[in-house]
Amino acid sequence: MRFVAFASRNQKEIVRDPLTIMFGVGLPVVIMWLFTMMQKNMPMELYKIENLTPGVIVFSFAFLTLFSGMLIGKDKGSSFLMRIFVSPLKPSDYIIGYTIPLIFIAIMQIVVCFIAAYFLELKLDWNVIVAIGVLLVNALLYIGFGLMLGTFFTDKQVGGIFALFVNIATWLSGTWFTVDMIGGVFEKVASVLPFVHAVDATRFALQGEYSEIWVPLLWVVGYTIVLYLIAIVGFRKKMSD
Amino acid sequence: MTIEVRNLTKAYKDKVVVDDLSLQIQNGEFFALLGSNGAGKTTTIKMFSCLSAPTRGDAFLSEDSIVSAREAVKQKINVSPQETAVAPNLTVQENLEFIARIYGSGKEQARNMALEIMAEFSLLDKAKTKAKTLSGGWQRRLSIAMALISNPEILFLDEPTLGLDVRARRSLWKVLEDLKGKVTVVLTTHYLDEAEALADRIGIMHQGRLQAIGTVNELKEQYDMESLEDIFLALTEEGVQ
Repeated sequence: MRFVAFASRNQKEIVRDPLTIMFGVGLPVVIMWLFTMMQKNMPMELYKIENLTPGVIVFSFAFLTLFSGMLIGKDKGSSFLMRIFVSPLKPSDYIIGYTIPLIFIAIMQIVVCFIAAYFLELKLDWNVIVAIGVLLVNALLYIGFGLMLGTFFTDKQVGGIFALFVNIATWLSGTWFTVDMIGGVFEKVASVLPFVHAVDATRFALQGEYSEIWVPLLWVVGYTIVLYLIAIVGFRKKMSD
Repeated sequence: MTIEVRNLTKAYKDKVVVDDLSLQIQNGEFFALLGSNGAGKTTTIKMFSCLSAPTRGDAFLSEDSIVSAREAVKQKINVSPQETAVAPNLTVQENLEFIARIYGSGKEQARNMALEIMAEFSLLDKAKTKAKTLSGGWQRRLSIAMALISNPEILFLDEPTLGLDVRARRSLWKVLEDLKGKVTVVLTTHYLDEAEALADRIGIMHQGRLQAIGTVNELKEQYDMESLEDIFLALTEEGVQ
């Protein structure tokens, strides 16, 4: 249970930075409100609150990538990770210890966004519960990206890579525009990356189309497993040398 | 015997960083490892603390091998790395409790240990201060306290006073002097006066090899020189093998 102490430290380290709350929770709520206003003035199917909410919450998860990547990168740079590597913690303790606090942040993002969506006229029913389950799987995907980036890059590099990542992850997610509006290579690239599948799986869940959830969710789970495996192997390598 | 090193070697491809190092360090001894940049000091510490596997040879820390009994070694040692390696958003007390807990202490026990070591290191009035707001000297003091809270048999200090002003260095020396006899300390430093003031014995490394070992007086006698600085310069001169 040593990972509990490590997770607790990581949670404090992340949430005590006010930018975490501002960007991770505040920004998605503002975006949701802005797009709902746009939708009222210029109706568009994609920006209806039941379509918008899944995309915005998945977008907010990109900050989980930033938080996890930056934390690990900083821990490496300050030799904090060296201190931890000397301790009797196991590689699985690190991975779980870095993941758990970010899951709590993801839950906070989900709850706040759904409350905001309710005030923007989203109907709250059982489908929301299913969507929350799907979103938690999606959160692991974004945390996985962060673990991988943090393992291989410094915190400064993670900051730079994140600027690119958040753009790619959002453009290719079908949140602001559907990927078939552009079609061609763009659509093909989007379909082999997990971002559009993460949003699709959540939309299907929120609309109660449960049978449609599984294929996009499998993409997300597949990517998540691969990302975690890369992070674990990277961690093991760094621990052994 | 606390540390017995037998033919320890570390090579990266063709470059030998630590070359056939053999030495013995007694229980409770304060041992300083000196050398210019790239002499192999930090790599040696990394091998002792199971962060880097030796290419050849072995070291036995309280009779446990760093090659075949890494987990047992990890329970007996701790490190204060070259960088301060503190968790910046955690308070002084939280940093200490965190380390105690990852070494297996329960919450209450960790709290008591933290209070005890804070009293020992004059950190009590800074208990609730976030580590990032401490001065460099106090961060170093916290870093050493974090390394000691797990009650290690052997403590590795990698450049503990690097970058500190004279007053902060002298203040930290007092802390280190108090450790003498209580715990076996292996110190790496660039400051010859620091080694002379604190160490029972000194080892001088150059290009991965141990060039000399002994007390300051033994070294002065052996090399017929007046100061440790003269001995150090003679043994670490370019071209010396």
